[in-house]
Amino acid sequence: MQVIPTKSPTQFEREQFRRNSAFPELWQCLDQVKDPEIPALSLWDIGILKDIKRQGDQASVTITPTYSGCPAMDAIAEDITIAFKALGIEKTVIITELSPAWTTDWMTDKGRNQLRDYGIAPPNDVIGDHEQPLNSDSQVLCPQCGSADTKLLSEYGSTACKALFQCNSCYEPFDLFKHI
Amino acid sequence: MTSSTEIVSKQDTIDYAARLGDDAIVIGHRLSEWVSKAPFVEEDIALGNVALDFLGHARMYYTYAAKLSNEQNGTNDITEDNFAYLRDERQFQNHLLHELHKGDFAYSTARQLLIDVYNKYFLEQLKNSSDETLAAIAVKAAKETKYHCRRSKDWTLRLGDGTSESHERMQLALNDIWGYSHELFEVDELEQRLVDAGIAVDCTLLKADWLKEVTAIIEEATLTVPDQDWVVSGGRQGYHTEHLGHLLTEMQFVHRSHPGAKW
Repeated sequence: MQVIPTKSPTQFEREQFRRNSAFPELWQCLDQVKDPEIPALSLWDIGILKDIKRQGDQASVTITPTYSGCPAMDAIAEDITIAFKALGIEKTVIITELSPAWTTDWMTDKGRNQLRDYGIAPPNDVIGDHEQPLNSDSQVLCPQCGSADTKLLSEYGSTACKALFQCNSCYEPFDLFKHI
Repeated sequence: MTSSTEIVSKQDTIDYAARLGDDAIVIGHRLSEWVSKAPFVEEDIALGNVALDFLGHARMYYTYAAKLSNEQNGTNDITEDNFAYLRDERQFQNHLLHELHKGDFAYSTARQLLIDVYNKYFLEQLKNSSDETLAAIAVKAAKETKYHCRRSKDWTLRLGDGTSESHERMQLALNDIWGYSHELFEVDELEQRLVDAGIAVDCTLLKADWLKEVTAIIEEATLTVPDQDWVVSGGRQGYHTEHLGHLLTEMQFVHRSHPGAKW
């Protein structure tokens, strides 16, 4: 039987929304703005970019926080403003939207691959229930060598969104981006 | 306009959001006191991250309280900082359990277990609040709380069912704080008005589920649920233990020494 890869409905909706935007150049501009804590990921790929609007030299950007205490959010707001200045946008208003709450399901496929290449296991690289990645019956794949023989070192890694693992095959420690 | 606005005033919702913010900021600050002092480096980082989650929750509640305050007063200069840094001890209305001193690692672990499991059930109900912002904050915070509960449970099992020393310290900690847990399930007049309006959580209804889950974890950790009849409360009315004043002194010092400073 042939398996046809499909996009998740959430991702399809996000892409559709972006495609229908009247300001494609602004979305493209923000593809250059990365998460300061994980420079491999753009705001779009991590899934926190929700909407962009422009009126003359003013713009508004709606983002949704990843973790509520994430210190990167302030830096991200600043980076967006700077990126838009280069396009002649003098004033950018950042709107933080709490609902619906951000979920790792909004991370793009490209973002997941980039995360893995960067050395962080994306939330879906879990054999078993990827929503319960820290349970003993779930196995997280090592982003370095792909081995499923890994062990949990700490439920929280370098940031709240990650957990720290070690690979029993190549012995490299690595972070897992936890499902939320 | 919903009928709820007729029963409760905007000030009621401001006070409620501030209370929830107080709980979050106080326990967040307590946890942050472990940074650089945890048993090992991974746990140090974990504690810092959990503290940050609570700080994030506090910011969401306080920002909402500030927004409502500005609407009510026709001002635009009240911010989350007014709530965090410019109120005195008697104006804080956090639960006393949250403000108790850091203690040893067993003490902080036992306290965290009681609080995290409480938050799990509390936020589950707050998601149904007729106040859209509070409901949205609850959805957000509940996701993080799921991971907090895992961590607290694991540590309780590890220490309770660990060495005789860690077991003894965990049991002592539970005995020391148990009397403060009852306050979590009290509802005063303010909260009752908000419960009737569908805004606040009726905490009295959370106790059975909380006790069942906490008991199961405590017993699995070979510990005993304290059989005691003492109860301390008053936090929601602004009556605090000697611990809160010291915490606020440290937390508010920089802001009060340099009013309006920005970086």
